[in-house]
Amino acid sequence: MVDLSINLAGIKSPNPFWLASAPPSNSGYQVCKAFEAGWGGAVWKTIGAPVMNVVNRYAAIDYNGQKIIGLNNIELISDRSIEINLKEIYETKKLWPDRAVVASLMVESDRQIWHDIVKRTIDSGADGIELNYGCPHGMSERGMGSAVGQVPEYCEMITEWVTEVSSIPVLVKLTPNITDIRFPGRAAKKGKASGISLINTINTIMGVNLDTFEIEPSRGGKGGHGGFAGPAVKPIALNMVSEIARDPEIGLPISGMGGISNWKDALEFILLGSTSVQVCTAAMHYGFRIVDDMIDGMTNWMEEKGYTSLDQIRGKALPNITNFGDMNLLSKYVAHIDEKKCIQCNLCYIACEDTAHQCIDLLPQNGKRQPTVREADCVGCRLCYIVCPVENCITMEEKKNGGASKTWNELMKELPQPMTMEDLRAWQHKHGIEVH
Amino acid sequence: MNNIAPKLSAKEYESNFAELKPALTDIAAHAEANRCLYCFDSPCMTACPTHIDISTFIKKIATGNMKGSAKTILSSNWVALTCAKACPVDVLCEGACVYNDKGEKPIQIGRLQRHVMDWYVENGMPQLFTPAPKNGMSVGVIGAGPAGLACAAELSILGFDVTIYEAHKIPGGLDTHGIAPYKMKQQDSLNEVKMIKKLGVKTKTGALIGKTISISKLEKLHDAIFIGTGLPKPTELKIPGENLAGVFNALDFVEDVTKRNWKSVKVGKRVAVIGAGNTAIDAATEARRLGAIEVYMIYRRGREQMSAYDFEYELAKSDGIKFYFHSQPKRIVGKKKVEALECLETKIVDGKLKPVPRSEFKIPVDMVIKAVGQNIDDSFLSSIPDLKIEDGMVVVDGKTYQTTNPKYFAGGDCINGGKEVVNAAYDGKRAAYGIRKWIFGE
Repeated sequence: MVDLSINLAGIKSPNPFWLASAPPSNSGYQVCKAFEAGWGGAVWKTIGAPVMNVVNRYAAIDYNGQKIIGLNNIELISDRSIEINLKEIYETKKLWPDRAVVASLMVESDRQIWHDIVKRTIDSGADGIELNYGCPHGMSERGMGSAVGQVPEYCEMITEWVTEVSSIPVLVKLTPNITDIRFPGRAAKKGKASGISLINTINTIMGVNLDTFEIEPSRGGKGGHGGFAGPAVKPIALNMVSEIARDPEIGLPISGMGGISNWKDALEFILLGSTSVQVCTAAMHYGFRIVDDMIDGMTNWMEEKGYTSLDQIRGKALPNITNFGDMNLLSKYVAHIDEKKCIQCNLCYIACEDTAHQCIDLLPQNGKRQPTVREADCVGCRLCYIVCPVENCITMEEKKNGGASKTWNELMKELPQPMTMEDLRAWQHKHGIEVH
Repeated sequence: MNNIAPKLSAKEYESNFAELKPALTDIAAHAEANRCLYCFDSPCMTACPTHIDISTFIKKIATGNMKGSAKTILSSNWVALTCAKACPVDVLCEGACVYNDKGEKPIQIGRLQRHVMDWYVENGMPQLFTPAPKNGMSVGVIGAGPAGLACAAELSILGFDVTIYEAHKIPGGLDTHGIAPYKMKQQDSLNEVKMIKKLGVKTKTGALIGKTISISKLEKLHDAIFIGTGLPKPTELKIPGENLAGVFNALDFVEDVTKRNWKSVKVGKRVAVIGAGNTAIDAATEARRLGAIEVYMIYRRGREQMSAYDFEYELAKSDGIKFYFHSQPKRIVGKKKVEALECLETKIVDGKLKPVPRSEFKIPVDMVIKAVGQNIDDSFLSSIPDLKIEDGMVVVDGKTYQTTNPKYFAGGDCINGGKEVVNAAYDGKRAAYGIRKWIFGE
């Protein structure tokens, strides 16, 4: 029997799927509706300082007929009062005691104001607090959101103000608009946070109108950067989650998010160390019902693989992440084109010929021209595999090399330092590697 | 028959009966699934008589959750493989797809459903539903067609002990014996029967109620009885020559073709099919594809009044079938064997269809296939006490599917006069809840 339940720093939920702090979790009505659909938890839309919104808050990128591969927004934190939000959190928690309700908070950088809102939040019955150090628009201009997340010292200080009065778990939500995500992560740890949520949205300008030169979308003629989310940001989020998960100085449980649209995406975040996963854009596209397939798909996958608990898989992909210097330079892969599947679109040929290593030939065959890999020259870059539109037509085939292995770091120790190109060429030649 | 159709090569037969809508490749299915907009409260779901949550099962294909997709489909429709292949999707789900309104091709829902069900069969049809604990009640189901199978499967999930009684040696009803091979294979239907048997449903084939088992015994054995006996009796033409050699009933002919022993099917060189419904079209196109040189369809009324779907008519036309509209058979000519079909022209006089006097014309043919409708088995049904039959259909309550004899429920063609497999599947499933409500009051 598969059990999807999780416990993130003491915050428990029947499954790992939480609504991220965002428009979908704006009210008790919405959160209750989401719980009815099956969501395991919700991080309430950020409560705090008074705000007023503008119109045309969202913009999206569509790509070749697929809607919303990325979603940008400039909606601020909740424009409803702290009282109403906390009252609805209380009511929601009463109705759904088994689900996780986490209050996202953002107030001015003042110790007393933070103490006050934390105490009131605890009284509402919320299971935990998430500190919004991430919003890259609007609030940051007022010294909140990512203005805090981008300065590790502020992260630590405010986290400490919260944790010194909080009796419930405190998660710190990080902004990706920073050079090295580990620094604010370490600051959160120093501030005694119980866990880390990431990523918040990424700064983006969505487009320029070619007739009016206005920024898309225009709010009365003016626009600006907003926070970007959705499927397009997933690879960025996966990297940052793994950075936090692998950092020995942090060691905190993670609530991962950024472009999670289905159960497969969610599993990737969990395999890279996330305990809960948060979702916003996919819910904004299709509604709360998407959680049905998330739960169903994940359960079926676990059953098929023989897992019974997410604890058995959490972080299991992390050991496979390594630095470039520790990868085997001698492992050899070459592209192989299955001529039976090939439809002669020749995209692999032109990609290789113009932009890679010129190792695919178009050879005459039955009145057609068949792309064929010249294996001796193939460097195994994988571009042809990527552009090929036919599933399993181009495969990357491993060539046996007798178990030979040499990493860059090992090579550095063997070759005279400082190394010259000639030294490297000589070594490559010895191993049958010719660079054209 | 005077002249039989020339035999074709094995390759020609296979090509003539190859699936009109073949399976999608994985990548094509994935691309098509991602094209689906995942509408909410979608028109396709409303248009499906069994209300399969279509956009959800398609979304699950897109995410690679094939097992979940199969469950979504089967939770609404127990004969989903047959429906995927045999449903008139153009007028149901695909006809309702919102892409039509956008001026784009609708999602290929039928082929996507088939993609999932093929996966399900290929993966050994794993158990997807947990049956309720046995409730101690037993239901007898008469007829192993789509209505009976759906009713039996649902009852089984609800905790009933179920036995299906089927007159034919091979179960499946018209799903097995009545669908053109270029739409689906008999094996598809038999796989569905196998799946339903796996739920614990017992089947007794060759069982003739009132002959091999009496009605009173059936009533003693079971707490409720479901009738899903369809329309087994063909309508007679009542014209001279109907008993000549070379006159066939469409259902018998169509059943013979489902066996895929192409060479052993009796087909004339020139064939007249009387009627213009979907079964008539099946018979005509099958005769043509089996090698008949000339195939004619004879119909009293005009193209607009044909009950066959547009795509069926188009299929017949593209197979080279010739239509005699406004033509009414008067007699079948021949000494012992069919030699010709004599018809009269018809026209509408004062709103009524009338033959035109002295308009006789003869079509030389070797075979006549009668496809002017089917009827319930009156002699069997009238032996059930208090069972009301009206206009050739068993009368049931619209919600519970209970007949006028409270112990009996009914669904499928025998209550609607002949509709689609998907309608029968819905009736059978709903009737299971009618039976539960009658027995347990819930």
